[in-house]
Amino acid sequence: MFQYSLILFAFSVQAHKEGNPQKLLEMNGHTAVPHSYDYDLIVIGGGSGGLAAAKEAAKYEKKVMVLDFVTPTPLGNSWGLGGTCVNVGCIPKKLMHQAALLGQALQDSRKFGWQFPEEVKHNWMTMTESVQNYIGSLNWGYRVALREKKVTYENAYGEFVQIFPLATNKRGVEKLYTAERFLIATGERPRYLGIPGDKEYCISSDDLFSLPYCPGKTLVVGASYVALECAGFLAGLGLDVTVMVRSILLRGFDQDMANKIGEYMEEHGIKFIREFVPIKVEQIEEGTPGRLKVTAKSTKGNEVIGGEYNTVLLAIGRDACTRKIGLDKVGVKINEKTGKIPVNDMEQTNVPYIYAIGDILQDRLELTPVAIQAGRLLVQRLYGGATTKCDYVNVPTTVFTPLEYGACGYSEENAIQKFGEENIEVYHSHFWPLEWTVPSRDNNKCYAKIICNIRDNERVIGFHVLGPNAGEVTQGFAAAIKCGLTKEQLDSTIGIHPVCAEVFTTLSVTKRSG
Amino acid sequence: MGKTYSLLLLFALFDLSDHTCENVQEQPEYDLLVIGGGSGGLACAKEAAQFGRKVAVLDYVEPSPPGTKWGLGGTCVNVGCIPKKLMHQAALLGSALKDAQILSLSALFLFHSCSSSLNVRLCCFLPNRKVKYFNVKGSFSDPHTIRGLTKGGKETILTAEKIVIATGGRPKYPIHVAGALEYGITSDDLFWLKESPGKTLVVGASYISLECAGFLTGIGLDTTVMMRSIPLRGFDQQMASLVTEYMESYGTKFLKKCIPTKVEKLESNRLQVTWKNTDSGTEETDSFDTVMWAVGRAPDTKALNLETVGVKTNSETGKIIVDAREATSVPHIYAVGDITEGRPELTPTAIAAGKLLAQRLFGQSSELMDYDNVPTTVFTPLEYGCVGLSEEKAVQCYGSDNIEVYHAYYKPLEFTVAERDATQCYMKMVCLREREQRILGLHFIGPNAGEVIQGFALGIKCGATYPQLMKTIGIHPTCAEEITKLHITKRSGLDATVTGC
Repeated sequence: MFQYSLILFAFSVQAHKEGNPQKLLEMNGHTAVPHSYDYDLIVIGGGSGGLAAAKEAAKYEKKVMVLDFVTPTPLGNSWGLGGTCVNVGCIPKKLMHQAALLGQALQDSRKFGWQFPEEVKHNWMTMTESVQNYIGSLNWGYRVALREKKVTYENAYGEFVQIFPLATNKRGVEKLYTAERFLIATGERPRYLGIPGDKEYCISSDDLFSLPYCPGKTLVVGASYVALECAGFLAGLGLDVTVMVRSILLRGFDQDMANKIGEYMEEHGIKFIREFVPIKVEQIEEGTPGRLKVTAKSTKGNEVIGGEYNTVLLAIGRDACTRKIGLDKVGVKINEKTGKIPVNDMEQTNVPYIYAIGDILQDRLELTPVAIQAGRLLVQRLYGGATTKCDYVNVPTTVFTPLEYGACGYSEENAIQKFGEENIEVYHSHFWPLEWTVPSRDNNKCYAKIICNIRDNERVIGFHVLGPNAGEVTQGFAAAIKCGLTKEQLDSTIGIHPVCAEVFTTLSVTKRSG
Repeated sequence: MGKTYSLLLLFALFDLSDHTCENVQEQPEYDLLVIGGGSGGLACAKEAAQFGRKVAVLDYVEPSPPGTKWGLGGTCVNVGCIPKKLMHQAALLGSALKDAQILSLSALFLFHSCSSSLNVRLCCFLPNRKVKYFNVKGSFSDPHTIRGLTKGGKETILTAEKIVIATGGRPKYPIHVAGALEYGITSDDLFWLKESPGKTLVVGASYISLECAGFLTGIGLDTTVMMRSIPLRGFDQQMASLVTEYMESYGTKFLKKCIPTKVEKLESNRLQVTWKNTDSGTEETDSFDTVMWAVGRAPDTKALNLETVGVKTNSETGKIIVDAREATSVPHIYAVGDITEGRPELTPTAIAAGKLLAQRLFGQSSELMDYDNVPTTVFTPLEYGCVGLSEEKAVQCYGSDNIEVYHAYYKPLEFTVAERDATQCYMKMVCLREREQRILGLHFIGPNAGEVIQGFALGIKCGATYPQLMKTIGIHPTCAEEITKLHITKRSGLDATVTGC
């Protein structure tokens, strides 16, 4: 375990002492600045965005420091350098999703001629150990990369302070660092319900991927992609899973697709309790896992239900880590309600030399590749004379539920709202992956849909696919959409045969036609 | 011999009204007659029927030397893409079992149960929508008349205003190799074998050879590939090497620079193959249960009687010469698919060409088929997907100073925990070097290569440039996202290994 040290910052001490606001503004330009700061750039948060920015800045031979610190979860869990994605997000999630898919592949393989002993069981500990080992190698890799690029890394909690110059206690407790510019990339952490027993007995995604025991019968609370993806792979590994949803699934995503995802999960053994919220979690029995009793109330009336589970996983949302890093002291404005930081299109906060990227940004997508891209481009603009801004339009994404969902562009609802129903054309089709035929898997679940703007040459403004390898399929189409793809170009492109993606080159039935 | 016309049983199923077959027709019976009921032929026929035309399709499968035959649908459905991909999937599942740590225990591949389920699922391609189907072997009597022969020798005469030839190709036998015809099989037979092929020698360096050898290895069979010279001729050679390298590390044996000289049957019923190693000049020999020839495919144009009507073919390949409208040297006779000279031998191009042809003939369209930038995928154990120019071709067309090649070695996330070897997982993008940096070719080796490449093929159709691709945000974590992050050039000489996020 790393030693906990509290590090404090002073910002622009020099300028502050001189009381010269002019100098403050100058710092954001490209005018030569006296090297009176410890660092050119201090990055608070060593996750996807922060590390990408730090490594990029080092390329320009800037003096960079990265501060990364993980506040342990209520259950005491912590992890190394790399942020959410590497430790408790995308990476372990996809690996566990893969473990579940392999379970399905085992079933399929019998129909393809493979013969093996009847009972195939899953060992949770083996899986988590492998996953954690891999994550450990990534943590290590990042530390090496930073060292090689001469980026200073401190495993410490960063906070802004407004102080007068102060002698520092170098030996471990407090240190002060100054920098010309700061980049906040502190990301988010899972939200708790605020009900009795939530912090004591419930786990979150922060705990799930390193849980030292099999979670057993699990209740997943939430309807986010985190909730559905976790419920999905837990069920795929053979566990009894229930999802408790307050209202709709995957808010913000195309609802037609969200419902199909939910249907598929239900048909494959995952139970859904809709329109209920937990009001109390109590422990019946201690253990690994123990037994918990969950009491829930209906959102539509007074009905109260109870259920018993080994594990309760909360996935109701994530909160930005912006409240306890001293932003008020330096005047960085945040959205008081959400905690998110509004920035301009150059990722600049209201304080000119303080920037922010990643999940903490207001009105931006919470995705690793977006944070990385934003971080890199920001640094290129600051130190490389570049002018390219991060393009947040048509960012593709994939939800790794048992039936994967890839999307880029507008949802059907948003397209109708923006352009008017009469101006959009929706082409769609179910498809049956060839690999599903022999094992007789569902023949009407995989689905492809594109939304076109009739007024603009039938330009493709929305792409949606439900099926295996949705991410691999969607990526190229996202590039094509960036090039202004139209329906005509789609139709004139030859498909690769036999793959799922080719369905998009032969879409002809519109929703309008029924 | 007098011509006899008999009303076949088949005809009873269809409405023929009052046409007699004896006289030369004033009015041709059909608007369109398609010879060959495969990918191209059926697509063309069904499309023409949509315009309310009277269409007939003739399909006939000459049995392979060992006697294998199949129904309507052509190569793709019966002895090509479809069974190939399913067997490839069976092999991939073997890897999945290994990943899931099951195979080490006691998983066996049961060939017969796999192939029987394959046969069951081959879908029905019978044309609906008023397309008449005749299971007869067609040949030209005169420019508008086709003579159809059933298996039993009964004759039918059909006339049509327009005729489309879509008879495809069949595997070649190296007839100069003694015993090749008697003892060897081809892809036509492989997918229908009732028993496991056992220890197999696959002769050839085509994608058919490598794909088949790949899945045979994957299902646990002792498999060897014999190649005369380079693998995957016509494909990017750097990528071709990576494909074969992976296969070698995966367990397929390779006999490089070797050519077979004879095949003999042993008393044990095994086959003794003798070959010449052209490098060392020595002769070597070994025995196999099965020898499969994958030395190329050739069109069966002789039986069509094309000379009678003046349809020109390429003297070397035997393929039919067509122009941009798919028209042959005879104005009302067209050809699509594998049988046409200079076209890619792919199902989707045949289908697209067939449909567009029907639309031009009967639907007042003037749209021609675009054969540029057709994406394709080789379904070897580690798949290879590509679209556009190979690096060699690009250098040839533009000069190495005028192109930039971005490349990267990457590791699929799923390979990490499973400890799979990702040495050959690689991608490269060939671009023009000048300002816009238009993408000329994209090559990807890795899992699900077809799924990855399809969307990018679209981008290239839209004239995608390197900067546009770099502006596209990646989906994480996938393999495809690495394409949007390509930034190391070959020219720089820097290490192209992807390192973390």
